[in-house]
Amino acid sequence: MKKSSKPYLKKRTNLSWLLDFRLKAYKAWLKMEEPSWATLEYQKIDFQNISYFSAPKAALNSLDEVDPEILKTYEKLGISLEEQKLLAGVAVDAVFDSVSIKTTYQEELEKLGIIFCSISEASQKYPDLLKKYMASVVPVRDNYFACLNSAVFTDGSFVYIPPNVTCPMELSTYFRINALNTGQFERTIIIADENSYVSYNEGCSAPTRDESQLHAAVVELIILKDAKIKYSTIQNWYPGDKNGKGGIYNFVTKRAKCLGDNSKVSWTQVETGSLITWKYPSCILKGDNSVGEFYSVAITSKRQQADTGSKMIHIGKNTKSTIISKGISALRGVNSYRGLVRVSKNAKNARNYSACDSLLIGNTCSANTYPYHDVKNASSIVEHEATTSKISDEQLFFLKQRGINEENAVSMIVNGFCKEVLQELPMEFAVEAKALLDLTLEGSVI
Amino acid sequence: MLEIKNLYVSIEKNDILKDFSLSIKAGEVHALMGTNGTGKSTLVKSIAGHFECNITQGEMTYNNKNLRELDPNERANEGIFLSFQNPVEIEGVNNSYFLKTALNAKRVYNKQEELDGLEFLKELKTKLKEYKMDNSLLKRDLNAGFSGGEKKRNELIQVMMLSPDLILLDEIDSGLDIDAIKTVAQVINSMLDGKRSLLMITHYDRLLQLIKPDFVHVLKDGKIAQSGDHTLAEELDEKGFEGLGLHNDKNN
Repeated sequence: MKKSSKPYLKKRTNLSWLLDFRLKAYKAWLKMEEPSWATLEYQKIDFQNISYFSAPKAALNSLDEVDPEILKTYEKLGISLEEQKLLAGVAVDAVFDSVSIKTTYQEELEKLGIIFCSISEASQKYPDLLKKYMASVVPVRDNYFACLNSAVFTDGSFVYIPPNVTCPMELSTYFRINALNTGQFERTIIIADENSYVSYNEGCSAPTRDESQLHAAVVELIILKDAKIKYSTIQNWYPGDKNGKGGIYNFVTKRAKCLGDNSKVSWTQVETGSLITWKYPSCILKGDNSVGEFYSVAITSKRQQADTGSKMIHIGKNTKSTIISKGISALRGVNSYRGLVRVSKNAKNARNYSACDSLLIGNTCSANTYPYHDVKNASSIVEHEATTSKISDEQLFFLKQRGINEENAVSMIVNGFCKEVLQELPMEFAVEAKALLDLTLEGSVI
Repeated sequence: MLEIKNLYVSIEKNDILKDFSLSIKAGEVHALMGTNGTGKSTLVKSIAGHFECNITQGEMTYNNKNLRELDPNERANEGIFLSFQNPVEIEGVNNSYFLKTALNAKRVYNKQEELDGLEFLKELKTKLKEYKMDNSLLKRDLNAGFSGGEKKRNELIQVMMLSPDLILLDEIDSGLDIDAIKTVAQVINSMLDGKRSLLMITHYDRLLQLIKPDFVHVLKDGKIAQSGDHTLAEELDEKGFEGLGLHNDKNN
């Protein structure tokens, strides 16, 4: 990667401003060091050995041109594009090996002035919007992995909702990591202009593989006056075998900026996959009365490790934030909540409520909570609650005595534990999430 | 229906039941009494397959099936219901969702079709009406934040919905006022149809005046020291365990 990087970066774009952006990021990245503060243990990543770009050979105009193998994978996952098209109200921008193949519902969205396309398309068609907002929430030098992404990002999704428009359908992107040893460097930018609303679903899964894969995405949300974005994620990448072999490394930077007054952002995530998860969806509450929410379920089983949480940065007056985090650990899983609540000097009457609950299954897993508070305004109220509990044998016995088998009993207790978060998910996602929880915990009770 | 022969049970290396035998036939009502620590709860827990109960010797069959070979959920689906002294609380699990799951687990076990949401609610309504119970507990989470009385009432709703063949009641009357005990008796009595069997643990004659037992057993040092009819319970109520020489030697 370090040698002859310019020709490689050039291959990704013919736009000089974008190439400059990448090169600047690349130079900055060379001077940065991989962070080591997270409660994560993993082998050092060999950045020379990562494939930074893999894509289908040519741009495709219709589904007929899609590689039948790729279509087959979609079908196996139960979300073929054909099917997706028919699904009520869901537009799909499918990212397969980093390059968008097909976007549906484009026309209907276009009528409302909504832009939903790949970043590469946006760089051609809407360069001004892209230039204005890209890296406006996550600066190029923000952190090691975001900086790497800025240098080598392959593609991703771009969404713009014009003023006073409520997006009539859930927008969905399915990410698939499918090529051998391919690092994934997606970038997502969503802009909700004044008084608009959009709900965006990001769902992931990856087939079984042998070598660890790095994923370092950047997601930026920009919310203007009176607008609202709801961003929901189901992350189900390959967690590796029982020893963690082949699992995916997921280092993601997700951040929202509530720029305008009365703006609102809501992050909901269900993290069941990956070997390593490093992820802190955050909210910068700049506008007065803006609201940030973070609802999270993270499960670690086998050898999975998750260091995840949220940052709430209160800048505007009367800003409010909520953090509800549910961590579940089983087998040899390690689950850490890491959160920061910062109230700046001018954030009068800021209000935060955080609740972090951990559930342990068995005796070989662990859970940590690292809440950081930095409060500089005396009129603000910051509350933090944390609990750790174990699925008790008495609870399991009670349910079994009522005829429910062990697996279903565990599932029932876990789903009950996560209820506050799961009810924030869009309907279809909620069903999928329940299935994923069960799948992840399969065989975790001995 | 239930045959227990020469049963030895220990909990954490303490021998609790020693050479215990009991036979319960279909339709019979048995009461089990005795001072604290004689093994009453251990007995019903052993029948249900509780993880703490370590059976070292003896036989336990239910409808000619070896209970020791069945998982707790299989025993439940075979028709054994244990009402707990202190039912556990499970937050986030809706009470009626739990009840529907339990009922359907039993139906699947018995190769019946599962009930959907509507059918379940219909069944629930019918049962609640039949036993004159209200549905206020069903919207809440399973036993979460319930008072002692509410937990017991919830156990009653479960027993009537699951309609087991053998009901084990572990001190269902403890901590209940007289009106609540009457409700318990009313539900249990209306379930006793001459085929169902009942084994109830109690310290007081009060419950036994409302649910008339065919047999009263007094447990002492891990086995039955005396059996009789209802008059034994009345005598105990009058004279106490010590008066009849039925107190637990180990505790005194």
